[in-house]
Amino acid sequence: MTAIVANSRQERWWNSRTAHRFMNHHLALLGMVMIAILTLACVLGPYLLPYDSLYIDLRARFAPPFTGHHYMGTDPLGRDLAARLFMAGRVSLAVGFSAMLLSTLIGTLVGVLAGYRGGWIGTTLMRTVDGFLSFPSIFLVLALAAALKPSPMMITVVIAATSWMEVARIVEAEVRSLREREFVQAGRMLGLSGTHIMFREILPNAIGPIIVAATLTVARAILMEAYISFLGYGIQPPLPSWGNMLNGAQQYLGTAPWLAIIPGAAITIAVTSFNFIGDGLRDALDVRGDHN
Amino acid sequence: MRGFLLNRLSQSLVLLLIVSIIGFVVLNLIPGGPLAQFGLDPSMTQDDLNRLKEQLGLNRPLWMQYLDWAWRLVQGDWGHSFRDGAPVLDVIGRHLFATLLLMGSSTVIAIAIGTWIGIRGATHRYSIFDYLATVGAMVALSIPTFWFGLVGIYVFSLRLGWLPAGNMYTIGDGSVLNHIHHLILPSIVLALVHVAIWSRYMRTATLDVISQEFVKTARAKGLSERRILMKHVVGNALLPMITLAGMQLPSVLTGALVTETVFTWPGMGRLFLDSLGYSDYPVVMGLLIFSAILVVLCNLIADIAVAIIDPRIRLS
Repeated sequence: MTAIVANSRQERWWNSRTAHRFMNHHLALLGMVMIAILTLACVLGPYLLPYDSLYIDLRARFAPPFTGHHYMGTDPLGRDLAARLFMAGRVSLAVGFSAMLLSTLIGTLVGVLAGYRGGWIGTTLMRTVDGFLSFPSIFLVLALAAALKPSPMMITVVIAATSWMEVARIVEAEVRSLREREFVQAGRMLGLSGTHIMFREILPNAIGPIIVAATLTVARAILMEAYISFLGYGIQPPLPSWGNMLNGAQQYLGTAPWLAIIPGAAITIAVTSFNFIGDGLRDALDVRGDHN
Repeated sequence: MRGFLLNRLSQSLVLLLIVSIIGFVVLNLIPGGPLAQFGLDPSMTQDDLNRLKEQLGLNRPLWMQYLDWAWRLVQGDWGHSFRDGAPVLDVIGRHLFATLLLMGSSTVIAIAIGTWIGIRGATHRYSIFDYLATVGAMVALSIPTFWFGLVGIYVFSLRLGWLPAGNMYTIGDGSVLNHIHHLILPSIVLALVHVAIWSRYMRTATLDVISQEFVKTARAKGLSERRILMKHVVGNALLPMITLAGMQLPSVLTGALVTETVFTWPGMGRLFLDSLGYSDYPVVMGLLIFSAILVVLCNLIADIAVAIIDPRIRLS
């Protein structure tokens, strides 16, 4: 009905709604498998590889992939790239995941409070959200990361402090629409406290959109960590992260392209997987999103 | 229209106020705060620092300091660069053109390709093309811009040798053609993410318009599908995209910073990173505030533009 070029050809398998949903879930499934493999590799990989991620072998500098047991080659110090990639994955995934937890917590608190209370509290909080969103996120993150001590913990806090706004917006809209529903009014008439209504009655009903937003936030947090570590203000060497492995890779692009290509591919795979999962969850939980 | 304008203007002013408060908080989080530059100077003793603090009024309550700082911003006194002593606004101005050139050309690319993909996805919904565009957009959104830039340099500069690997022009050759040659790769790299976003929104907007009554009317009149699409659908679908273009500006600026770093492009993003490297906080703060003001202004302009084109918005 909606298709303008409604040349109603015969129904194809990818035309049906079910098939479309299935394909989306297919992607989410793929995402889950990829994340599982990546996580397993990062947790177990370093134990299985013959080289330690910090072992420097100056005779094996710039070895291309598949030189001996260096499956992904070596870096300018002759350290095994595969071992470093997996160790870096631990840091990058941990930072991305923790930043998601923290920013979802902040965003949910702000969103519930703003949506339920409304009035000047709601307005002030949501204007603050708009204010934060007016800054290009990387400018804010870099300024803060440069100003504060760049420990993994601090990087996590800085990323969370600049990525809670989307969750806050989603939760606020959801809570505002739930606020006037009968079960909330019933709660009020029963004399339940505002806190109880907000967190025990309304919040469980808004959990779907929060889960979707949280999944997409992991993707963005991993990307942000990669950006600032690539630029030299994130995770500091010798602790490897996917981002800081790329820092300095540009100068060897002509002679040792694998130094740039492999960590970047790992970031892309991780972020794509989380985006796929988020998209699948959006369909599965039937959350209205910005694209259909 | 007047009420709409006043309403929208006051919203933007409130937003600028909040932006300046956030900026002030960040400024005070920097170790040494506004005195950071003197803290690095070994000839300054702690007594000197305290005296300077007193002189500059940094012992006053924070809100008074904020008002003072904000008032100077309004007057155009954004402080001086630690590096060469030039006023911050002049320093930013010198780097503005390069950034606008890069952002402008990549926006043109993103809009052209994104619009085409979005419309085609909407008219051929659930086709293979639509499916690939959906998946492709999600992958494009997941690729780190700097890595895409590095891969681009590797393929097109180092392997094929078609395009320069960086800089805005070859020294000694300032011709327009040379500039364009240097512009191609960075603007495509910067455009990637926005092609993805633009095409998704364009698809949704097109589907919205297609399902409306006037399209049915146009069909009932017997207009060709092509004519309906070009005359009735595309224009209406592009209208909400003006707002989107304003909303995308922060992420374009973020992408520009990273792209400029990879391609040694002499714009605001590189200036920001260089200034961070030199602990040149007046310029860092200046760029932070400047970019946020730019975003607020562009959103305001986008909203006004939509209201001028579409009376439904300013009357509601």
